[in-house]
Amino acid sequence: MENIMLPSSAKILDIIHETTAEYTFRVAYDQPIRHGQFFQLSIPKVGEAPISVSAKGDGWIEFTIRKVGRLTEGLFGLQPGHTIFLRGPYGNYFPLESFDNKALVVIAGGTGMAAVRSLLRHYADNRADIRDVYLIAGFKDINSVLFTQDLQRFRETFNTIATLDHMTVPGFSTGLVTEHIPSIPFAELGEYNVVIVGPPLMMRFASEACIQNGADPDNMWLSFERKMSCAVGKCGHCKINETYVCLEGPIFRYTQAQELLD
Amino acid sequence: MGYRVSYEQADGLLKTWQEQYRVYAPKRFAGRGWRPGTDMIRYGEIQSFRDVAYTEQSHFSPKDVVAPIMQTMLSFTADEVKVSSIDDKGILLLARPCDIHGIQRLDKIFLENGGQADFYYQRYREKIKIIMIECREGWEHCFCVSMGANRTDAYSMAVRFDPDGLLFEVRDEDFVDSFAGLPTVDFTPEFVSQDKNPVQLPVITGLEQLKAAYDLPMWAEYDDQCISCGSCNTVCTTCSCFDTIDVIFSETSRDGERRRVWSSCMLESFSTMAGGHAVRKTPGERMRFKVLHKVHDYRARFGGDEHMCIGCGRCDIRCPEDISFIDAVNRLSAAMADQASVAADTKEGN
Ligand SMILES: Cc1cc2nc3c(=O)[nH]c(=O)nc-3n(C[C@H](O)[C@H](O)[C@H](O)COP(=O)(O)OP(=O)(O)OC[C@H]3O[C@@H](n4cnc5c(N)ncnc54)[C@H](O)[C@@H]3O)c2cc1C
Ligand code: SF4
Ligand code: SF4
Ligand code: FES
Repeated sequence: MENIMLPSSAKILDIIHETTAEYTFRVAYDQPIRHGQFFQLSIPKVGEAPISVSAKGDGWIEFTIRKVGRLTEGLFGLQPGHTIFLRGPYGNYFPLESFDNKALVVIAGGTGMAAVRSLLRHYADNRADIRDVYLIAGFKDINSVLFTQDLQRFRETFNTIATLDHMTVPGFSTGLVTEHIPSIPFAELGEYNVVIVGPPLMMRFASEACIQNGADPDNMWLSFERKMSCAVGKCGHCKINETYVCLEGPIFRYTQAQELLD
Repeated sequence: MGYRVSYEQADGLLKTWQEQYRVYAPKRFAGRGWRPGTDMIRYGEIQSFRDVAYTEQSHFSPKDVVAPIMQTMLSFTADEVKVSSIDDKGILLLARPCDIHGIQRLDKIFLENGGQADFYYQRYREKIKIIMIECREGWEHCFCVSMGANRTDAYSMAVRFDPDGLLFEVRDEDFVDSFAGLPTVDFTPEFVSQDKNPVQLPVITGLEQLKAAYDLPMWAEYDDQCISCGSCNTVCTTCSCFDTIDVIFSETSRDGERRRVWSSCMLESFSTMAGGHAVRKTPGERMRFKVLHKVHDYRARFGGDEHMCIGCGRCDIRCPEDISFIDAVNRLSAAMADQASVAADTKEGN
C-alpha cells in the first residue's frame, strides 16, 4: 500500500536571508518539477505547510518562506546541513505551451513573487522562447524587497517595474502594483498571457485593473492561496464548491476563478 | 442463506468471529447523553449481542471505526520518519443501511478523490466487513429515502434483532461455516420505504443558479443562531475533513509524532490562513458551505445520483442551538424552486 502522505527528508544546502522576515532555503532535490507547483514542507517541531518552489537548478530547489506562523517560525531556526521533510510536488503548473512565443505580463505582490520566480527565471534563461515580458513586482518598502539578484537580471532582460508601496527610492517606482497597470500596452501586445500572484485583495484589484485596461480575462491566470492540510484532496480545507484547490489549482484561469464561490 | 439463532447461539458465533475480528456495534452508555438524564449510544467493541443498542439510532456514527477521531500517522526524529502501525485483526462492523452508504461516501473522498488512495484510511477500510443492522421503520428525524440511502447490498451479513432472538442473512462465503448446524429460515432483510418526514432536495443547475443559492438571505439568519461548535460535523457519518498536527515530546528534542484529527468546517479556523485571513468569516457562510457540500457540491464533483448526505438526521438531534439541517435544505429547495418559477413566468410574459 503506497503512503502518499509520507514525507522524505532533504538536506538544506544553503539559506539566503532575503529580508528579516523572508528566508530562501535551498534544498537538495533532483526529481522533475514544473513551474508553479508547491510542496508540503514540514519541520518536525511544528507541522506542514504548502510552499511554492521559488527556483530550481541542478540537484536543488528553493523555497522562499515568509515568517507568519508557528511553522515558518520553526523553520527560521534551521541551518545548512540540517534536514527538513517534504512531500510533493503538488498542484498544477503554469501552461508553458500556452505561454511560449507570446507576450507575458506578470504582476506579483510580496511573497507572491516566490510563486512566479521560477517561471521568470526560466524565461530569463530561455529568452528566445517568449516575446515581450512585462513584470510589475510590488513590495511594501525597501526592506521587503525579495530576490535582489534575480530582480537585477529581470530588469536587464524584461520590461520591469519594481515598485514600493509608499517609499521613494532610486531604482524603484512608487505606488501599489495596480497604479502601474495602465502602463502596460495590452492593445499592442498581440497574443499574450497575464499572471497575477499575491495576497487575495491585491489579486482582486490587480485583475480588475487589468480588465479595465483592456486585458482579456480569458488570458489571465491567478495562483490561489488556501489553507491546506493534505495537498492530496483528502482533508477538505482547500475546497471551493466542487473544486479542490490542491488538486485542480493552485493556478486558475481568471474566468475559471470567477466560478469559484467561497 | 438465512438462520434463526438465540442470543446464546449468537454469542457463540461472536466468540468464533472474535478470533479473527474485533466486532464493533452501537452500545448504550447509561446517563452519558447530551441532555441530563439521557443515555448516549455510540460505537464500541461488543462482547455479546445483548450489548447492541438496536432499538434506537446511535448518536454518533460508525465513522470513527474506519477513520478514528485521532490517529497517529507517523513518528519522527530529527532526520527519520516511521509510519505508525495498527494491529492486523479484522473488523466486523454492525451498521444500518444509511451508514453503509455513508462509509461509501467516505470511500469516495479517501480512496478516489485526487486519483490516489489515502493510506491511513485504506488500512482500516480494507479489513472491515459489515453486518447490516436491518432498519425497516426509520425515525422522525431521518430521511434516508429522500437521499437514496435506504437500501444497500454492500454487506457480508444482515441481522434482524428481536427481543427473543436474531435472524441472520449470510452473503459472504467466509461466514457460512460458522453457522453450521444452526436452524435455517428464509430471511431477506427489509428496508425503509417511506420517510416519516421527507426532505426536498434543491435543484441547482449551472453557475447562475449556484450564485443565486449563495445569495439567499436565509444564510445570514444563522449568524445569530449558530455558535460554530462543530458538533454537527462530529456526529455526521460523511464529514471527512481533518487536520494534521505535529506533537513534540519535549522542548529540547525534535522527536515527536504527526497526528490526524477530525476537523470541522463550521469552525472559523477551518479556512483561516496564516496572517489571519479567513475565507468564510460568518456562521452563515459556513452553514452555506456545509449544506451545499452535502446536497450539491459532492454530486457536482463526482457525478452519479448520490449526494454526500445520507439522511441520518444526527446533526439535527445534536445541535445545541436546535438548528435544523433538514429545515435548511428544505428552505433552500423551496427558494430555488421559487426562483425557477419566477424565471419561467418572466419568460412566458415576454
Ligand atoms: C499553494 C500555496 C503556495 C504557497 N507558497 C508559499 C510560499 O512560497 N511562501 C510562503 O511564505 N508562503 C506560501 N504559502 C502560504 C503558506 O503556506 C502559509 O503562510 C503557511 O501555511 C503558514 O503556515 P504556518 O504554519 O507558519 O502558520 P500557522 O502557524 O499554521 O498559522 C496558521 C494559523 O495561525 C494564525 N496566524 C498565523 N500567523 C498569524 C498572524 N501573523 N496574524 C494572525 N494570525 C496568524 C492564522 O489564524 C492561521 O490559522 C503558500 C500557500 C499555498 C496554498
Ligand atoms: S448532514 Fe446531517 S443528516 Fe446528512 S449525513 Fe450528515 S449528520 Fe446525517
Ligand atoms: S449548526 Fe448547531 S451543531 Fe452545527 S456548529 Fe452551529 S450550533 Fe454547532
Ligand atoms: S489541501 Fe487537503 S483537500 Fe486540498
